[in-house]
Amino acid sequence: MEIFTINNVWMMICTALVFFMHLGFGFLEIGLTRKKNTINILFKNIFIITVGLLLYSLAGFNLMYPDFNETSLGFLGFAGWGIAPPENGLTQSYADAGYTWWTDFLFQGMFAATAATIVSGAVAERIKILPFMIFTIIYVGIVYPIAGSWDWGGGFLEQREVPFYDFAGSTLVHSVGGWAAIVAVYLLGSRIGKFVNGKSRAIPGHNIPIATAGVLILWLGWFGFNGGSVLSANPVTTSLVLVTTCISAATGGVTAAFITFFKDKNLDLTMFLNGILGGLVGITAGADVMSPMDAVLIGGISGAIIVFAVSLIDKICLDDPVGAIAVHLFCGVWGTLAVGIFGGLAGKDQLITQLVGIVSYAIICISSSFIIFFVLKKTIGIRVSVKEEIEGLDLHEHGINAYHE
Amino acid sequence: MKKIEAIIRKSKFQEVKTALHDVGVNFFSYWDVTGLGNEQEGHVYRGISYSTSSIQRRYLSIVVNDNFEKITISTIIKSGATGDIGDGKIFVSDINQSYRIRTGEKGGETLN
Repeated sequence: MEIFTINNVWMMICTALVFFMHLGFGFLEIGLTRKKNTINILFKNIFIITVGLLLYSLAGFNLMYPDFNETSLGFLGFAGWGIAPPENGLTQSYADAGYTWWTDFLFQGMFAATAATIVSGAVAERIKILPFMIFTIIYVGIVYPIAGSWDWGGGFLEQREVPFYDFAGSTLVHSVGGWAAIVAVYLLGSRIGKFVNGKSRAIPGHNIPIATAGVLILWLGWFGFNGGSVLSANPVTTSLVLVTTCISAATGGVTAAFITFFKDKNLDLTMFLNGILGGLVGITAGADVMSPMDAVLIGGISGAIIVFAVSLIDKICLDDPVGAIAVHLFCGVWGTLAVGIFGGLAGKDQLITQLVGIVSYAIICISSSFIIFFVLKKTIGIRVSVKEEIEGLDLHEHGINAYHE
Repeated sequence: MKKIEAIIRKSKFQEVKTALHDVGVNFFSYWDVTGLGNEQEGHVYRGISYSTSSIQRRYLSIVVNDNFEKITISTIIKSGATGDIGDGKIFVSDINQSYRIRTGEKGGETLN
């Protein structure tokens, strides 16, 4: 009984840490964007965590963990509306004395909202709030859990001879958000003044200290994101996971900062911060099967990817104010592939399975997010008017300035 | 009476203020302004080079009697210059009348 309690306590602490990441996302997004849109960004983030959690309790959790039976193809299943523990849900037999059904629901619920949060940063400063809310409801409510069921829910990717492996969500959470982010950014268009005469212009963030606070909060949250994905308080695995996570974060940051300095002759703090996040996303698929040296390599490559991805996205005239696509899509895919290249599961067959998984998620995420945003664009429109964009979303969509003088 | 308006570098403000005090000019208003000019500053943000076309400066508005005009201007020029592009400008205009609000007096004595 004591092990059950200890495990469950750790899982609940991790649940709280992952919840706390929403503050981190909020801070990072407002820090890297302009003051006149601060309330709008915070509103979107608050909406995501509240409505997302409610949707997960309504149907999401049971879509994601539908208890596929042996005959099912493992694509789509549903265990019923609402949240109610099964017969053994509150006993040690539910999850090998790892946690109760309630903890399982809430821990997973905290992950679900992250998929939409990733998008909110990429579309900041010009998206209309209503279509964003509708997108969130559909994407977090339906797409994320169905996609998640393919692996964590025991679906076809888990059932493969060499099962797809995503320890804490490089693919299931980060790339799911990342694919939607790039689709949204493509359909939405860039901010006014971002690309002038084919040249990219800088639109500096208004509060770098708060962006920094955001990244450190996210790093702290990752102690729970990865630490809790062990699904118990097993001292050996959890302590290793925290080490690989932190080493990858640190290496990602240093590499990104170094390459940026080499490339631009500038010590850019925002790239340093993005590099840390890239390292965190990169290790997330395999934090429990990597050695510290593997983590250094994964983090280092993530940091390099960050710099080049930010530059590439800019070059193809996509406007991503916070680097969400570079961090979550590019490093999410990289982290997933890394499981086949480094660490305990490395091998050709694993690499192939990882690729199958990446492509499967790409298909469902790109198509669903494209349909959602395209329909919204053609019906109610997804972009604010020129006047609103220039004067600021805070005043027009929320009737108040964030920093009222 | 003359109004002397000086747009100076923010970094030179303390020096200018002290120098003016040393020659007996103790009363003026000042505020921060943004302007356009010739000064180029190289900035880089996330791999994109850009120069700020808007420049931060401090604007001083000093009203003095005619006999103080020359010394005020030369003091500002001496203490406010660095030799680099962007040191600023001084504009001089005539003032028709001056009043002290507390007492209602008018004339040149109100400027002492």
